[in-house]
Amino acid sequence: MAATPTSKYMTEGEVGLGLALLVGAFLCALASARAVDAPFSVHMAVFALAAVAGIAAILKRYEGRPAEAAPQQIDGKPNYNLGPVKFTVIAAMAWGITGFLVGCTIAFQLWAPSLNLELEYTTFGRLRPLHTSAVIFAFGGNVLIGTSMYVVQRTCRARLAGDLAPWFVVLGYNLFIVIAGTGYLMGVTQSKEYAEPEWYADLWLTIVWVAYLLVFLATLWKRKEPHIFVANWFYLAFIVTIAMLHIVNNLAMPVSFLGSKSYPMFAGVQDALIQWWYGHNAVGFFLTAGFLAIMYYFVPKRAERPIYSYRLSIIHFWALIFMYIWAGPHHLHYTALPDWAQTLGMTFSIMLWMPSWGGMINGLMTLSGAWDKLRTDPVLRFMVVSLAFYGMATFEGPLMAIKAVNGLSHYTDWTIGHVHSGALGWVAYVSFGAIYCLVPWLWNRRELYSLKLVEWHFWVSTLGIVLYITSMWVAGIMQGLMWRAYNTLGFLEYSFVETVEAMQPYYLVRALGGVLFLIGALIMAYNLAMTIAGKNAVEREPEATPTAEPALVPAE
Amino acid sequence: MADTANPGKPPAGPETTGHEWDGIREYNNPLPRWWLYGLYATIVWSLGYWVLYPAWPLVSGNTSGLLGYSQRATVLDEVEAVRRERDARGQAQLASATVAEIRADPALLRLALATGKAAFGDNCAACHGTSATGRIGYPNLQDDDWLWGGTPEAIERTIRFGARSGHGEAHLGDMPAFGRDGVLKRQEVEAVATYVLSLSGKPGVAGASVEKGAEVFAGNCAACHGEAAKGNPEMGAPNLTDPIWLYGSAPDQVVATVTNGRKGVMPAWEGRLDPATIKSLAVYVHGLGGGK
Repeated sequence: MAATPTSKYMTEGEVGLGLALLVGAFLCALASARAVDAPFSVHMAVFALAAVAGIAAILKRYEGRPAEAAPQQIDGKPNYNLGPVKFTVIAAMAWGITGFLVGCTIAFQLWAPSLNLELEYTTFGRLRPLHTSAVIFAFGGNVLIGTSMYVVQRTCRARLAGDLAPWFVVLGYNLFIVIAGTGYLMGVTQSKEYAEPEWYADLWLTIVWVAYLLVFLATLWKRKEPHIFVANWFYLAFIVTIAMLHIVNNLAMPVSFLGSKSYPMFAGVQDALIQWWYGHNAVGFFLTAGFLAIMYYFVPKRAERPIYSYRLSIIHFWALIFMYIWAGPHHLHYTALPDWAQTLGMTFSIMLWMPSWGGMINGLMTLSGAWDKLRTDPVLRFMVVSLAFYGMATFEGPLMAIKAVNGLSHYTDWTIGHVHSGALGWVAYVSFGAIYCLVPWLWNRRELYSLKLVEWHFWVSTLGIVLYITSMWVAGIMQGLMWRAYNTLGFLEYSFVETVEAMQPYYLVRALGGVLFLIGALIMAYNLAMTIAGKNAVEREPEATPTAEPALVPAE
Repeated sequence: MADTANPGKPPAGPETTGHEWDGIREYNNPLPRWWLYGLYATIVWSLGYWVLYPAWPLVSGNTSGLLGYSQRATVLDEVEAVRRERDARGQAQLASATVAEIRADPALLRLALATGKAAFGDNCAACHGTSATGRIGYPNLQDDDWLWGGTPEAIERTIRFGARSGHGEAHLGDMPAFGRDGVLKRQEVEAVATYVLSLSGKPGVAGASVEKGAEVFAGNCAACHGEAAKGNPEMGAPNLTDPIWLYGSAPDQVVATVTNGRKGVMPAWEGRLDPATIKSLAVYVHGLGGGK
């Protein structure tokens, strides 16, 4: 392809995006110079630099590329665009390890508060959103964007739509992460849980997300398969709903267009309801629908078995989509929220139980006839155990949404335990499984560098999860019971500070569980790096799907 | 993808849908019975709940449910029930009785101690500790050493108005910053610290003169702490002959105290806590073991 026959022109996309970035760089530099607060100035400078880097990247790519656009097909086979996917895999691992590390740090801070180092940047209040955003949006988000871009291409037999657009989505999304994370450290937050970034970061994410939606839809549009694969329904539901949630919950008015601070459009209990409508559906559509999409592609692919039931996938998909959107008010039981809204939040959470389990059943039953593979394939084991945790967390969720149970569990560390059984056990495990599958496929390696290291990762992190969630169950229920203990004269048995004191040993166990989980991720990162570096790897034919038998021998 | 057919084992389901995506096929198994009935059961349960409880918003208001349940009304009822229960036990009397009267009546005393314990945990423990043993800068309330007096009435007064709290009735009386303000030279500060420490048999600053310290003490400190350094609760001046040291008894800690003075603040609780709670706290704190 080296010979370029005639003249080479810039595409409309290259020129258009380049000009947009130029204007953006200028405006951001101006805003940085005239900013009313330091963090805003820093962030506008980052945006300006990113725009300049974007222009440089476009020019460099133009210089190196052939005159013709990348072909849709080569020799009758789709010419898949895998560069952006590779980027997200590496970004996901880097952000994941960062997020786990920050999580361990704040876990130890709860055990010994002086570990905040008495610096404003390292206080619990600033590191906590850094942890949650790093693991959910940076790690999880990159996994979702990357796998969706991979799966939609493979299951549509079509090259990803757009030339620069996929790169714009991937890099723009990670720029959003950088802005959000550094903002937290500098104290920039709108104090909405899981939606902390301020108005300008939100606007940027909106642009990136709409581009993501368009890339995904356009790829579906030009598919070569007659039907849309189930994973793509889930990805699409995730992308569309997150766009809606993000925009509505972040409606806000900046105090100054040259400053970071803004005020939300809603106030009081309306604001609380909007926030938890957002917050719970971030769980429902980001952490559930999106990762179920991963499950629907990677489990049957790795197990080499057909999906158990198409009918079940349809019914549980629509039931899940319809019910989840109502469940948010269960975060506001026994508050100023009107009774009727609490009732709807609770009952829809209960009705959500079976639709959630539909995904688990479809995943687990897909292994019928292939259960023996669990003994030999730790990657598949990650995904199967993730489904078990998914089933457990989606049973516990409706349980905790019942008002009587919530009266005990709410505001305690039981909630933290519940979230982490879903986050570590389900989201992270299914992601690990998918990434372990993807890396050899993307880099054309026959198998991973070492399946033995995957075994180590599995057992170390599983022990970590068990320590984490059991300590938080015990601690949370103890905390809830202590808060409501009365003596015979009708006074509270324990003061708040006594309940805090009682939590300390459990906080240590939890933190150690987190450290084990982090160690597992480091083992994984090493294993992936060695795989990518091609240690002991044998090149496989580009279009062949991985074969099971030789893959089961550890590579060392 | 031929390898999806697993030779030797029958397929798990009746048939696939006929489509294949990147090698993935789908069986079309029926919905598991237990799953479907489980879904129906939760729906039926929810329908029943909507009939019984407030559930759906209407144009104005909402469906109120057959049970007439209201969370707000329930809370008000519960609060009222607790208030009646406590009054029946004598809570109202706590507000009108004096501290002495409370201590004389066993039933009232029992109630006051329970009230005091609960209030202490939520309001006082943050500084004085859950077991009231204090820490550097925050007095131990378990011992019998009292800056502002240890009778129940004196304790009540301290709780109501605080010390250096800004309240008009608050305890005042500052330890001057003898060193920082230039009243005493460094040598004199070290000497007086050494003298004061010698009163309870503790080592002082190496090389400082106890005799010199005694002179400095008589001239500068005795006015508040007394000639014998036994302290004066009228001025909040601590007894310097006992082994209890609010700001530490290491020579450098005492030197720091004399150099910079001390102005510990205890907030005024009048207006933040009701009179019954304040009196209960006084009785509780007095009863911790060190009351006079």
